[in-house]
Amino acid sequence: MLLGKVFVTLKKSVLDPQGDTVRKSLHTMGYSKVADVRVGKYIEVRLDSSTPEDAWQELNEMCSRLLANPVIEEYRLEISEDDGR
Amino acid sequence: MRFGIIVFPGSNCDADCYHVVDKVLEQPVEYIWHKGNSVKGFDALIIPGGFSYGDYLRTGAIARFSPIMQEVMEFADKGGLVIGICNGFQILLESGLLPGAMLRNDSLQFRCGPVNLKVRTDNSAFTRCFTRNEIIKLPIAHGEGNYYCDDATLSDLIEFDQIAFTYCDKDGEENPEANPNGSKANIAGIMNRERNVLGMMPHPERFAEELLGGQDGVRVFASMLQSFKEGCR
Repeated sequence: MLLGKVFVTLKKSVLDPQGDTVRKSLHTMGYSKVADVRVGKYIEVRLDSSTPEDAWQELNEMCSRLLANPVIEEYRLEISEDDGR
Repeated sequence: MRFGIIVFPGSNCDADCYHVVDKVLEQPVEYIWHKGNSVKGFDALIIPGGFSYGDYLRTGAIARFSPIMQEVMEFADKGGLVIGICNGFQILLESGLLPGAMLRNDSLQFRCGPVNLKVRTDNSAFTRCFTRNEIIKLPIAHGEGNYYCDDATLSDLIEFDQIAFTYCDKDGEENPEANPNGSKANIAGIMNRERNVLGMMPHPERFAEELLGGQDGVRVFASMLQSFKEGCR
């Protein structure tokens, strides 16, 4: 079994009201070095694919069709052996 | 004119739309469950507001892959009238029937209450009972109505007169103060290029009777009926 990790974030060109609010809150808490915060999504998908390449391809297609919205979001994939945890 | 109302798990404005078509517009109307695979016999489809599939992943993202949406897309491609309200608008964006996407309201607050809107075009099957630049009042109720599109798309929307409604103040100024959610260009509702698909965040079905606060909303449905009767859109 393979484990796909999907990281979805808003495109740089899209304002992130959640990230902005978190940044302001961190500033209020005294973390003055925080320059920017972006809030995204993390999705785990377990796949019964025969090779990591197959899994990557299939997951990439799932991302472009459903898991991310290409109008506002971008994504990054990682495929690894599922250690069952 | 026969209306169909698409119902997803989590739709919650379906009964309001049904009431308006049945009792105010006095036209035949039926619910269509999302697992259905036919929209045969309907002259217009309403995708109502609510929280289809609990807004999981993104608003409208899961509903877009419901069996009925394939039929809705074919219906729209053939020129059938489709109106998506609130969550229905979000579903139309996710399905690609309308350009752009929805973001969380810039205030991060769920905004609920009547707002002033400017009717930007009367040249459509959904707005012909209004006059261009008329200021109307409809209620909004959403947490993700912050319409986003890139600048090229916005230029197209303007050039092809696809913006149906914008948020404005009582004098018709489309300023940031009158924008409840951060929408690009104060956009509250848009149409496709062919003008047979409308998506809007405000709820016309909630302002269809004076008793409930206003009647501006019923004119959206009346516009659709008039267009149908005259065989044009």
